[in-house]
Amino acid sequence: MPPLPSPAADSIAAANARYWRSNVRLTLILLALWAFVGLGCGVLFADWLNQFHLGGFPLGFWFAQQGSILGFLLLILVYSLGMGRLDRRHRREVERLQQQAGGGQ
Amino acid sequence: MTVQAWTFLFTGLTFGLYLYLAFRARVRDTQGFYVAGRGVPAILNGMATAADWMSAASFLSMAGLISFLGYAGGVYLMGWTGGFVLLALLLAPYLRKFGHFTVPDFVGDRYESSIARLVALLCALFISFTYVAGQMRGVGIVFARFLEVDVNVGVVIGMALVFVYATLGGMKGITWTQIAQYWVLILAYVIPAVAISWQLTGQPVPQIGMGSNVQETAVPLLAKLDQIQRDLGFTEYTAAFTGEWDKINVFCTALALMVGTAGLPHVIVRFYTVKNVRAARWSGFWALLFIAMLYLTAPATAAFARYYVFDSLQGKTAAELPDWYRTWEKTGLVVWLDDGDGKLCYSGPKQQDKNELFRTGALSTEQFATIRAQHQQWLDTKGGGGVDGRAVMTAKKLSGPDADILVLATPEMARLAAWIIALVAAGGLAAALSTASGLLLVISSSIAHDLYYRMLRPQATEAQRLKLSRTTIGVAVVVAGVFGIYPPGFVSQVVAFAFGLAAASFFPVLVLGIFGKRTGAIPAVVGMLTGIGFTASYILGTVYFGWTKWCFGIGPQGIGVVGMLLNFVVALLLTPLCPAPSANAQAMVDRIREPEGAGPGVDIEAAPEH
Repeated sequence: MPPLPSPAADSIAAANARYWRSNVRLTLILLALWAFVGLGCGVLFADWLNQFHLGGFPLGFWFAQQGSILGFLLLILVYSLGMGRLDRRHRREVERLQQQAGGGQ
Repeated sequence: MTVQAWTFLFTGLTFGLYLYLAFRARVRDTQGFYVAGRGVPAILNGMATAADWMSAASFLSMAGLISFLGYAGGVYLMGWTGGFVLLALLLAPYLRKFGHFTVPDFVGDRYESSIARLVALLCALFISFTYVAGQMRGVGIVFARFLEVDVNVGVVIGMALVFVYATLGGMKGITWTQIAQYWVLILAYVIPAVAISWQLTGQPVPQIGMGSNVQETAVPLLAKLDQIQRDLGFTEYTAAFTGEWDKINVFCTALALMVGTAGLPHVIVRFYTVKNVRAARWSGFWALLFIAMLYLTAPATAAFARYYVFDSLQGKTAAELPDWYRTWEKTGLVVWLDDGDGKLCYSGPKQQDKNELFRTGALSTEQFATIRAQHQQWLDTKGGGGVDGRAVMTAKKLSGPDADILVLATPEMARLAAWIIALVAAGGLAAALSTASGLLLVISSSIAHDLYYRMLRPQATEAQRLKLSRTTIGVAVVVAGVFGIYPPGFVSQVVAFAFGLAAASFFPVLVLGIFGKRTGAIPAVVGMLTGIGFTASYILGTVYFGWTKWCFGIGPQGIGVVGMLLNFVVALLLTPLCPAPSANAQAMVDRIREPEGAGPGVDIEAAPEH
C-alpha cells in the first residue's frame, strides 16, 4: 500500500479505533448473555427455576443440561454474523477514505 | 453375527480408513506438520475440533457421571461447551490473526520474554501429558471389554496406530483422520440413544424423549426418576444443589471448566489451521454445533441409563438378573452382596444399610475375593461369623456401580442389536484416538518448535525441525503408552488439575495479551506464577495433605476460578507500576486487533524467523 497523505491516514486510524470499540461492545454484550444463560439460568437461579416446567423438564434442570448449550451455540452464531457485518462496514469505510485521498492528489 | 465379530469388523474398517487418510495427507514441511498448511475450511475444522475436544472421557464416562449426579452433572455439560464461547469471542480470531504455530509462541512474542515462553511451554506439556494418559487407558479399556484382549495389549495397538498416522501426516494427517473419527463417534453415540429413546418413550429424538412420558404411562420420565430416587434414599434426579454440590461449588466448577477449556492448547491450535480470521470465527460456531450433537444427547442417555439400572436390577433374584449385569460383573465394575433375602436392592445414601450393589474400585481381585468369602460366611452363619461385606464396601466408599460402564452397557440394557453395541466400541476408540493425536501434536510442537527452534537453536533448518518433530511425536506416543499401561492412581484429580492450571495460567495471560495493550512481561509472568502457585498448592493441599477447603468451601475442581482471578488481579495491579511493552509489541497488538484487509497484511509466514 502506498503511503497516504496524513489526513487520510488519520481518518483511517480513527475508523480502526471505531471498529475496535464496536468489536469490544459486541463482545461484552454477548459475554453478559453467556453469563446469564449458563451461570445464571443454569446455576444461580436453577433451584428457583425448577418450580416451572417445560414439558416434562423442570426448567432449571433443562437450562443446566440443554438450554445453556443451545444458548451458547446461538451466541457464537450471532458473534460470527455480527463481526462479519462490522468487517464489511469497516472495509467500505476505508475504501471510501482511500478514494478520497487518491482523488485529492 | 456376534457382538465380537461386529466389533472386529468395525474397528478393522475404521482403523484402515484412518491409516488411508493419513497416508493421503502426508507432509513435507513444518507448516503442514504444525498447522496443516493453514488451508482447512471452517466447517471441516469445526468437525476436527469437535473430535479433538471430545475425549474418551466425554464419550465413555460423561453420561455415566451425569447419570449418578443428576442435576449437578450439568457442570460438565455447561463447562465443556461454555468454554467455546470464550474461545470463539476472546481468543480464536485474534490468535489466528497473530498467526504463529503454538500458544507459547504467542505468549513469548507478545510479552517479549523467554521466561513467559518457558512457563507457557511447561504448562502446555503438563496439560497435554495429563490428558493423553487418560486417552490411552480409554483405548485399552474398550479393547479389553469388546475384543477380550488384555488392557495393555489394547494400549499398545492404539499406540502403534497413532504413531503411524501422526508421524506421517502431522497436523494435516491428524485433521483428516479427526474428521472421519468425528462421524464414527457421533453416529456411535446418537444411534443407540435414538433407539433407546424410541423404546422407552416412543419418541425418537432423545432430547425430547428425555422430557416425555414413559411408554404406556402418563408419568414423565424425569418425574418417574425423581420418585424412584426419593423412594430408594437418593436425592431427586432433577433437584439442584444436593450433597457436596452446593451452589458455590457448582458455580465454580462450571466456570473453571469453561475457562480451562478456553485455555487448552490442543484446542487453541486447531484455530491456527484455518485460512483467515473469518474462518476462525466460523469454525468456533461449527465446532460447538458438532460438539453439541453429543453434549445434548449425553444427558438423555444418562437419564435413560439411570432408569434402566433401576428397572432391570431392583428386586430381582439371581436367576432373573439380565445378561448385561452378568457380563459386567466379571470386570468388577458392578457387584452384588446380598443381605440374605435373595433379592437385589440398590439404594442411596439415606438408606445406606439396605444397599447391596457395589463396585470393586481400586481393590485387587484377591482383596475383593476375601471380602466376598467373609460375606458369604456371614450370610451362611446368619451373622454368627464372618464379616458383613456391605459394611466393608460402604466404608470404602464403593457403593453403587462404576460410572464408566453406563455408556457401554446401556445398549445392552436396552437389548439393542449386536451391530449397535459394536458401533459404540468403534466410537469409543475414535474419541480416544482423535484426542490423543491432537495432544501428541501439541507435545511435539512444544518441544520441537518452542523449545528447540525458538529457544535453543534458532538457526535449525526446516528439515532438521521436521525430523525432530517426528521424533518427539514418536517418543511422546511411547511415554503416553507407558502412562496408559501403568496409570497413575490419581487420574481424576490430575485432570481437574489440568483444567485448573489452564484456567489459572493461559486464559488470563492470553486475554490480557490481546485486550490489555499496556500489560508487559513482568505483570504477565508474576500473574501466571501467582495463579499457578495458588491453584497447584490448593489442589495438592486439599487432595493429599488433608487441608480443609478453607477458600469458601470450594473443592479442588473449582479452585481454578480463584487462581484465574488472582492472576488477573496481580497482573492488572502491577501493570501501571511496570514498564510498558516495547513499541514493537504494541504495534503487534494493534495489528491483531485490526480487521483483515485493512492496513498492511500480516504475512508472518514470510517473515525471516518462520
